[in-house]
Amino acid sequence: MEQKTKITAEEGKQELVITRDFDLPLELLFKAYEEPEIVEQWMGTKVLKLESKKHGSYQFETMDPKGNKHGFNGVIHEFITNRKIVRTFEMENTPFGVQLEVYEFEKLSDDTSKLVMHVIYESVAQRDQVLQLPFAQGINMAHNRIQDIISKLK
Amino acid sequence: MNLRRDVFQALADPTRRAILLLVASQSMTAGAIASNFDTARPTVSKHLQILTECKLLEQEQNGREISYHINAKKMKEVADFIEPFRKMWDARFNKLETIMKKYSR
Repeated sequence: MEQKTKITAEEGKQELVITRDFDLPLELLFKAYEEPEIVEQWMGTKVLKLESKKHGSYQFETMDPKGNKHGFNGVIHEFITNRKIVRTFEMENTPFGVQLEVYEFEKLSDDTSKLVMHVIYESVAQRDQVLQLPFAQGINMAHNRIQDIISKLK
Repeated sequence: MNLRRDVFQALADPTRRAILLLVASQSMTAGAIASNFDTARPTVSKHLQILTECKLLEQEQNGREISYHINAKKMKEVADFIEPFRKMWDARFNKLETIMKKYSR
C-alpha cells in the first residue's frame, strides 16, 4: 500500500525530506499552519505565540505526562500564503540544535494537496539523533495520537 | 561504542551497497564478489570485513572457501530505523487532516 507520509533521509546527510499528500484543499492545509488555535489542536501543543508573517516568531509549549514543560521556538523567515513557509525550529534545553525548515505547499486538485517539508540540521549526528528520538520517547506520544484518532472514528 | 552508527557508516559507501545487492539473492565467495568490481581485491576484502563486522554480512565456511551472505535480520533493523519517526509524523498529519475536514463543512 502506498504510504501517505514519506521520509527521505539519505545516509551521511544533515537533512531529511518529509512529504505528505492530504485529502484537503490547499487553502485548508495552509490554514492548519497559519492559525494558532488550529496548530494547537493537531500539534497537541500550547501555542504561546505565533506570528504568521515574515520576520515573525513562534513559541510552543507541551507538557509531558509527568507535568514537565517542554518549549519549542523559532523565527519565520518567509511566509507566502498557500505556498511556502521558511522557519527555524528549536527544542529548548536539548542538544539537538536549531533546524531550518522549508515547507512547500502545493495544490494537487480542488480537494487534495501536498506538503513537502525539507529539514536541515546543524550536523549529520544531530539529524540522526532526532531520527532516533521516537525510539526513546516519541513513540508513546504517537501511540496516544493514534488512539485519539481511532477513538474519534468510533 | 555506537554500533548503529557503524551500520550506517558501512551503508554510506556505494561499493558496499553494491556488494549487499550482489549477495542479496545468493551467497558468494570473496573472489566471486571481487570479480564484479574494478577495484583491487584487497579493497573489496576490506569492504567485506567492514560489512561482516557490523553484521550486515555473515560468513559461511564451505570447505576451504568462505562465502558471504546477507544478514536479513540486520538489514530489516536498518530499514525500520526511521519507521517510528515516520509513524509519528503520519499520526500528526492524520490528526491535521481530521481536524481540517471539520473546518471545510
